[in-house]
Amino acid sequence: MDTVRVGRAPVEDSDSGLRAELGAALRPERVHHDPLEMALYGRDSSTIRGEDPAAVCFPVSTEEVRSCVRIAVAHGRPVVARGSGTGLAGGAVPFDRAVMIVTTKMNRVLSVDTTNRYAWVEPGVINLDLSRQLHPLGFHFAPDPSSQQSCSVGGNVANNSGGPHCLAYGVTSAHVLAVEVVLPDGEVTILGGLDADPGGYDLRGAFVGSEGTFGVATRIAVRITPNPPAVSTMLMDFMDVADAAAAVSAIIAAGVVPAAIEMMDSRITKAAEEFVGAGYPTDAAAILLVEVDGLPGGVAAEADIVARVAREHHARTVRVAADEQERALLWKGRKTAFGAVARVKPNYYLHDTVVPRSSLTRVLTEIYAIADRHDLIVMNVFHAGDGNLHPLLVFDAREPGIMDRVHAAGEEIVRISLEVGGVLSGEHGIGLEKREFMSLMFSEMALDAQARLCEVFDPDGTANPDKILPSGSRCADFDNLPDGVWV
Amino acid sequence: MSAATTARSDVALARFAERVGVHGPVTVVGGRTRWEVGGPVDPRARDVSPPTGVGEFIPAEMTVRVNAGTTVAELQAVVGEAGQRVVMAGPAGSTVGGTLAVGHSGLDRLGAGPLREVLLEATYISAEGRVVRVGGPTVKNVSGYDLCRVLVGSLGTIGFLGEVIMRTTPQPETSGWWSGSGEPTEIRARLHWPMSVLWDGTTTWVQLAGYEADVSAESAILEREGLRSVKGPPTLPPHRWSLAPSELTGHDFGGRFVAEIGVGTVHAERPAPHRPADAVLTRLHRRLRATFDPTGRLNPGRTVPGVDPGEPDASSDQRQSSEPESTRPEPTRPEPTQPEPTQPESRGPESS
Repeated sequence: MDTVRVGRAPVEDSDSGLRAELGAALRPERVHHDPLEMALYGRDSSTIRGEDPAAVCFPVSTEEVRSCVRIAVAHGRPVVARGSGTGLAGGAVPFDRAVMIVTTKMNRVLSVDTTNRYAWVEPGVINLDLSRQLHPLGFHFAPDPSSQQSCSVGGNVANNSGGPHCLAYGVTSAHVLAVEVVLPDGEVTILGGLDADPGGYDLRGAFVGSEGTFGVATRIAVRITPNPPAVSTMLMDFMDVADAAAAVSAIIAAGVVPAAIEMMDSRITKAAEEFVGAGYPTDAAAILLVEVDGLPGGVAAEADIVARVAREHHARTVRVAADEQERALLWKGRKTAFGAVARVKPNYYLHDTVVPRSSLTRVLTEIYAIADRHDLIVMNVFHAGDGNLHPLLVFDAREPGIMDRVHAAGEEIVRISLEVGGVLSGEHGIGLEKREFMSLMFSEMALDAQARLCEVFDPDGTANPDKILPSGSRCADFDNLPDGVWV
Repeated sequence: MSAATTARSDVALARFAERVGVHGPVTVVGGRTRWEVGGPVDPRARDVSPPTGVGEFIPAEMTVRVNAGTTVAELQAVVGEAGQRVVMAGPAGSTVGGTLAVGHSGLDRLGAGPLREVLLEATYISAEGRVVRVGGPTVKNVSGYDLCRVLVGSLGTIGFLGEVIMRTTPQPETSGWWSGSGEPTEIRARLHWPMSVLWDGTTTWVQLAGYEADVSAESAILEREGLRSVKGPPTLPPHRWSLAPSELTGHDFGGRFVAEIGVGTVHAERPAPHRPADAVLTRLHRRLRATFDPTGRLNPGRTVPGVDPGEPDASSDQRQSSEPESTRPEPTRPEPTQPEPTQPESRGPESS
């Protein structure tokens, strides 16, 4: 780990003074430092192990978050914000005796305005709890990551999270109107706003997806989305993965943007079927789960187009969920697919890249070949509609040397995705996991521009340092290069 | 994108970078249709124009690559041939780059979303004269910091847009406008997903778009409320105000107005009153501009509405400038937004 950075005071030898100040600012029972517990907070849901934090704080208000940040700065410690810890890219993994700010006790829905369609929530509100609370009012929160039963809205903001239904409704950024933020210097402000065009630069847009490196969100105004009057969920199965992938492109080319198009290959379909019994055909090469929603006329028209296009691409069967119960069962298989993997091997490494839809077949073929070369099992369950791949490399971590093979295969998957014009991450973020891959996607100038943006919010590198950008991203001097040159 | 197209695009961008250069004040010119937004540019600034032309468009990817100097009309014509559109509108003659730089959404923002959502990848020329590509070409992407959001509405003060990749969307099967008296918020609540609900204090206008069957069913709701089919939206007064949607009723706009219900944009006869900016935000805004343009050479004099220009922030990391002090523009207080030229009928709803 490269820990060279500018502007922070050197780390002190003892944590006791720091802990005492934090305990006095919050309450001692909401500042934890038991070694066993610190070890748990040294990691998130990725495979990356950090260092134990000096203290884990559970603030209940903006003012308490502010105190945590100010005390950390005074002690020269980094601040690492954490929601539910479901992140897969190491975005909430601490280093350097950090002060962790865990938002789980800031879990209130503060207000809901159904007329103007927004809600103010605290960052620790669980994604699915918010939608459940909004449901009787006729609304929901559109981003629906697979971890929505446990991930927090604050974490969704940090990672600009997606989910199956983001195909039609957009990722988290499209659903965040304003964020109250404690900046890395301890100041508090609101980025964005409820009005149409809050003045100045779109700092709200910059903050969403900044993975805790621009400060800590303490209140969030989210857009709430009306529940669709009609929904049709279809399951279609193919005997060839290429047919399923071609059907995805053809559905979009036919002018239909479904609410969701999910693909599962044969291995994950079998595992999920054995796990939940959703009625998935276990002999198919791939299945597509397609959902269209909206007003009844459009739903009927689009369901017809989707079914026709699927048959044109050799779908063996097209099953339409007859009722809400069947629909829920079809989705349950998809949403619990990752859990089903445990039936095959005890561990998995979940990747996240995006490729153009037209490259899906080629990249999937490559991914199977990469896994074969490294003697690994790969399963694919992903958001096919927006080309967002999620190859799961499944393995047994007790096998010697296995992690090296898993990482080598992962790097090859990233490289092939970029080669066809794709990107590093569709919804998990960069964190520590893909930091060193950033230069594969961005030029030095583009990394420099991103480093400048980071510097605007956090000139001293206090907030979740060393995430997203590789070290040395800020260019010193380009004056010796000729004008207009590509660098 | 084919290798030949990529090469042509790279050459055009490198030439644009040469025109922007590395020294002296410079301003980027699009269609000059909203030139007054953000206040007058220092007259010493050199004019430069970005490249033009629509690049790769793959309907099945629902993305289009386009040079920033292309008019919005030309872009819409190209993607329209495949039954798609870009959620972007502007006065006749406005360019893609200019529209993104100004950041104004169209009248269909309620249903189609804000302009900022369409920008996936941006290639701009930096204050140092470099070609910088940010964002990514796919419809979904969270790789690195989201500089595209910062560029939309930044009035060329962060960099000059050269080429962009934008999201396209299928055109609706049908669309239409309805108008009549009636409480706009109640009318909106009875519809699932109207594209636009406008209100001038007495009359409500509604735009519906989608499948025939749905538009027909929803328009029946409107007709029961006494609304009738009309040609289009009302003529818009020239000034834009930005409010929270909850603040629209009972507000004095000093004359005729047309409010976008559920959005908060108000088109009024008078300029919007000055709103004091939060001190912390002001510091961030100033630091942002100074970090990306340390010598103040990009669009000097022009300020993003809502940013108090003031003196450069002393606490920001001002890097050493290679510019002589005299070429630095004086900070200029922004003028309130001037009337946008009222255009004859054309494709964009904002141009009515």
